[in-house]
Amino acid sequence: MSGWSRHNGTAVALDLESVDTDQLIPARFMSTPRSEGYGGFLLHDLRFGSDGEALADFPLNNTPEASVLVTRRNFGSGSSREAAVYALVDFGIRAVIAPSFGDIFASNAVNNGLLPARADTATVDSLIGYLAGGPAKAHVDLDRGMAEIGGVRVRFDLDAVWREKLINGWDDIDLTEQHRPAISDYRNWRAESQPWAFPAERAAGSSTDAQPSK
Amino acid sequence: MRTLLDKLWDDHEVLRRDDGASLLWVDRHLVHEGSHHAFAKLKARGGRVAEPGLTYGVVDHYAPTRGPAASPAIVRMIQTLERNTDAHGILCFGLEDPRQGIVHVVGPEQGLTLPGLLINCGDSHTSTHGAFGALAFGIGATEVAHVLATQTIWQKKPKSLRMTVTGSLGPGVGAKDIALAWIAKLGADGARGHAIEYTGDAVTGLSMEGRMTLCNLSIEGGARFGMIAPDEATFDYIAGRPFAPEGADLDRAVDTWRRLPSDAGAVFDREETMLATDIAPIVTWGTSPEDALPVTSTVPDPSRLNGSEADRARAALDYMGLVPGRALTDIQIDQVFIGSCTNARIEDLRAAAAVLAGRRSRVPGLVSPGSHQVKAQAEEEGLDRVFTDAGLDWVGSGCSMCVAMNGDAVESGKRCASTTNRNFRGRQGRGARTHLMSPAMVAAAAVAGRLADVRPLLEGRDAA
Ligand code: SF4
Repeated sequence: MSGWSRHNGTAVALDLESVDTDQLIPARFMSTPRSEGYGGFLLHDLRFGSDGEALADFPLNNTPEASVLVTRRNFGSGSSREAAVYALVDFGIRAVIAPSFGDIFASNAVNNGLLPARADTATVDSLIGYLAGGPAKAHVDLDRGMAEIGGVRVRFDLDAVWREKLINGWDDIDLTEQHRPAISDYRNWRAESQPWAFPAERAAGSSTDAQPSK
Repeated sequence: MRTLLDKLWDDHEVLRRDDGASLLWVDRHLVHEGSHHAFAKLKARGGRVAEPGLTYGVVDHYAPTRGPAASPAIVRMIQTLERNTDAHGILCFGLEDPRQGIVHVVGPEQGLTLPGLLINCGDSHTSTHGAFGALAFGIGATEVAHVLATQTIWQKKPKSLRMTVTGSLGPGVGAKDIALAWIAKLGADGARGHAIEYTGDAVTGLSMEGRMTLCNLSIEGGARFGMIAPDEATFDYIAGRPFAPEGADLDRAVDTWRRLPSDAGAVFDREETMLATDIAPIVTWGTSPEDALPVTSTVPDPSRLNGSEADRARAALDYMGLVPGRALTDIQIDQVFIGSCTNARIEDLRAAAAVLAGRRSRVPGLVSPGSHQVKAQAEEEGLDRVFTDAGLDWVGSGCSMCVAMNGDAVESGKRCASTTNRNFRGRQGRGARTHLMSPAMVAAAAVAGRLADVRPLLEGRDAA
């Protein structure tokens, strides 16, 4: 994943509270391999009617170039499905600005280069009011923790760890590999001092009549 | 002076970076069909699973509950999990395995879930396992791949929230009602960024099943972690389970576990309290778990709310097809569902059966036990016959209608009284209308054909 620190794009408002991950991508699409692209699934049942026709008044349908989403509290609540983030990213969204996010969604977002920017409710209210008139140019600056949308300046909160990850596009597995020795020391300590923390061998290996293994 | 959270965190911290992120050791990693993205990521890097012996697979999300799988895509999802677990030497509880069931039912049932462990699963209801005094939290696919590759996870320590519930619960009121009550009070994001420790006599008085229901729903109030300090009830539950320690190992473990509860003077970042006597049987009326009210209330009136709250309520009522001001008990239902990792354990089935015994359901419905083992136990107790005599379908175990991935779904526009955890739009199928409630309340709704107060139906009976 490549990092980024500044983004210029187009902002749209999604004037809804608690857009959960079941809205972001309905479960029935989740058996699709990622290589097929998830952008078409984004907010599917809100964007498309039951016959599959795109609903003309839905913000993302008339602004396919949208890359910054401004929305209300509790965005991405619900399940841990990272597919919700894939749908946003594959659609072209780089940043979501909202008063609050589901915790798991926010970590998933950062792991995929998507910024979950937390702004105060009053600012979001005024942004959504402004964007009611239509999409606007957006500029997002991770270093400064600032966004500018149609001339309105927005300060957002972002955890320092997450900022670094987004900017550097870090892969955690690579980072963690450097700590191999510490991890194996820990494992030895745990096995030594808390052997009960490892599953009983009889269950992991062999089977009994009462509990046949497959 | 440390909290349960502090102790669990300290025990698992391999190291802490300057920026505050901790690298934590993972004791148990549970994977399911949805983990295919993570296995694909691992494969793309040419990586191996670091600790196959600490990783367990369960077929649940797509598990068919009646006959063969509903589509080739579902068959593929199940086969992909079995191929991935086989390739990495991971034990998988597949469809034919007598230990199969919903991952958060199976872990505790098999003794894989223990106090003092850190448990991860790519599923937000992993908080369920916190009922044992474990650090258990749901993770996304990138994190699952990380755990597969390293058996560790990066995490920033959440703030601590102590939720104290005191007093006795009334008849027909249980763990589900406690959970929905606090979520309604604090909001669906009310505990965001916090790890909840539930305490108070109303909590310690719950069975392990009830504690799991309570911790399970933590995420619906925004908390990634929910936990309860281990006690004698916890140790009794664990003893004799297949993967649990035994003999001297168990004694040693129990000694360690007794030191886990928060120290008397430990300070929490936040405190919330509730009185059990204030909690009535609860149902949801809207499209977020925070839209929950005592069943004796009326459908809320958006014109009494302000701003975006009013907009959301209006949209929710529109989706749910409800009129403000109507009594909740006037809402007619089309079907019921008893199942899911929230409420499909043996005690849940007993509670529903206690209401249904000798009665007929006015609507069709599905009862899906949380695991093969729960199913067998229920059949031994004759609960299956109570459900089928009432006119409900007794089916196999899996996530089923909780997430509608396996083909079990609620049709568009239909209204379902459900023991599950999410009343989100479309969760049980596109256009489905879900009302969340406890198993006893779902049974009451079945008998009445509409949302109903279970309490009168329990008179003269032993509530299980
Ligand atoms: S029963 Fe529902 S909430 Fe529980 S693991 Fe399955 S899909 Fe997730």
